[in-house]
Amino acid sequence: MSDLNWILLLAAIPVAATPILLAAIGELVCERAGVLNLGVEGMMITGAVLGFIAAVETGSPALGFLAAMAGAAALSLVFAALTQALMSNQVATGLALTLFGLGLSAMVGQGYVGLKAPDVGDVPTGPLAALPVLGPILFQQDPVVYAGVILTAAVWWFLRRARGGLILRAVGEGAEAAHALGYRVALVRTGAIAFGGACAGAGGAYLSLVRVPQWTEGMTAGAGWIALALVVFGAWRPWRVLFGALLFGGIGALQLRLQASGAAVPVELLSMSPYLVTILVLVIISSGRGRARLGAPADLGRPFHAAA
Amino acid sequence: MGLKAFAALAAAAALALPAAAQDDPFKVGFVYVGPVGDGGWTYEHDQARQAVEAEYGDAVETVYQESVPEGADAERVMTQMALSGADMIFTTSFGFMDATVNVAERFPDVLFEHATGYKRADNVATYSARFYEGRAVMGHIAGRMTETGKIGYIASFPIPEVIRGINASYLWAKKANPDVTMDVIWVYTWFDPAKEAEAAQALIEQGVDVILQHTDSTAPLAEAAKHEGVIGFGQASDMAEYKPSPRVSSIIDNWAPYYVRRVGEAMEGTWESADTWEGIAPGMVEIGEMTDALPQDVRDEATALKEAIAAGETAVFEGPLNKADGSAWLGEGEVADDPTLATMDFYVEGLTGDIPN
Repeated sequence: MSDLNWILLLAAIPVAATPILLAAIGELVCERAGVLNLGVEGMMITGAVLGFIAAVETGSPALGFLAAMAGAAALSLVFAALTQALMSNQVATGLALTLFGLGLSAMVGQGYVGLKAPDVGDVPTGPLAALPVLGPILFQQDPVVYAGVILTAAVWWFLRRARGGLILRAVGEGAEAAHALGYRVALVRTGAIAFGGACAGAGGAYLSLVRVPQWTEGMTAGAGWIALALVVFGAWRPWRVLFGALLFGGIGALQLRLQASGAAVPVELLSMSPYLVTILVLVIISSGRGRARLGAPADLGRPFHAAA
Repeated sequence: MGLKAFAALAAAAALALPAAAQDDPFKVGFVYVGPVGDGGWTYEHDQARQAVEAEYGDAVETVYQESVPEGADAERVMTQMALSGADMIFTTSFGFMDATVNVAERFPDVLFEHATGYKRADNVATYSARFYEGRAVMGHIAGRMTETGKIGYIASFPIPEVIRGINASYLWAKKANPDVTMDVIWVYTWFDPAKEAEAAQALIEQGVDVILQHTDSTAPLAEAAKHEGVIGFGQASDMAEYKPSPRVSSIIDNWAPYYVRRVGEAMEGTWESADTWEGIAPGMVEIGEMTDALPQDVRDEATALKEAIAAGETAVFEGPLNKADGSAWLGEGEVADDPTLATMDFYVEGLTGDIPN
């Protein structure tokens, strides 16, 4: 236990948190607009494979991330067309999107197993990186980690301060009323879905380009579901979602390192904990009272059709 | 997701009428715990499935389902396969054991083959490979190659098969280099690349420079590749894409001869429930190419060890050996018997830490 390197542990937490943070922030915006998209896992894995392919082909990780976001957003627009225009059931369509994404990525990625992606590298922070303790933890991270924090701040600001955010929340809290005021509910929701898709795609690309870095079929291995739970865990608030991502990522990073340093830890319990928390929050939101108290958008998951 | 297999299943389910014609192909189902593209465990099972198809051509039809969770879902998948007319079903993960036995009870005419388990019935056979023989060879290489004296082991679940692998590699690493220590991380998953990579990273941060894994993806090798001087091994499959380093050798599961033989027996009607456990000698466990990253003498020693094990001259677990709690296990010259190996639930002396249960 004594030889556990706390600095390296703390430095590893943001890396573990970033994929689920990106996906969860996207899903948060989507859900605040009243749309429950259970296709996060499918969009993440699509982003993982497309980002990897684009980065390998162009040699540019940045283009990889862009391709991942564009591809996953395009996939989410299929979901948007089905749920917003054709009024299909959101839960069933979201699950189908996950299955479709897993299958599609496996097919597309066949020729890319075993290749190596270009290195993303760290952000040059100059003398800050050389600071003791704080340097490795805060100033030697890759650009996507910082982008995740900036994204969280931007979404927080947008939802709270921007007029567009107000409209988006209105659509999520009372679609009928928003419609009566003249806002185009389906259009706002489609935009939110596409934003959620792009974020999930970036989260997936982070796995295949930074975290692992390689393409393996099914490599998201449930990260999309954890991101979905994280939105609920964070009560649909961006900073709490960030906190939750650090917590979930932190538990994983900590328990693996405690084991590596030979400390006796209840491994089974710690391994299970993100899933236990997930089940717990799902139970809470499935009861009407808990749902309202947690601050779920009132029209979450309810289809809206602008009848003439 | 095996969409193709799923579609085939769905179609078959729709057509599964009792009046199946006599000249129908013999239908074999495969239940996989991971995706066929994992590059490891499931990949090798699927290679063997393809070998069955190649061998018998139109006489067989195979279907498979990937990424089946261990638990209730597995039972549903097997039931569906049996209902859709499968004559024989291979279930390829330890965690499918109870599901296999339950479904086999309900379908007495369907033959089941369960990998790495120990529960059998008239229509349930079990098979496994003596991976620990390969582990001993990897352990020797690990002991010879480590400069920090620290070897890391990424373990999946605390089941006998995994514990055997840890013990075998530790014992032989220790024989090659008495100063080695081994850190074990339990990740509680067979397949989660991000978690496997993070476990490898945690070990490397602790000064580990040789990593063994008992998980199914190539992620630990991808992590090792980021660090100078860290080596690892292909697990279940050759993982050749990480040659010549960090992957310096590998343990390959070769299921094809067994699958081809058993499907043949089933078609002829000579199939019988049995427990098959084969090692290096018959070729079920192969040692992948040792790369130039290893010095010649290490390669020679490892090859000699492999041949001695195959020839039966060297036993992997041979006394005197004590358990980690200090109690005696094997006396001088005594060799561990199969029942003990099959239920191994303890570390050998020298390994520290507790096995979670």
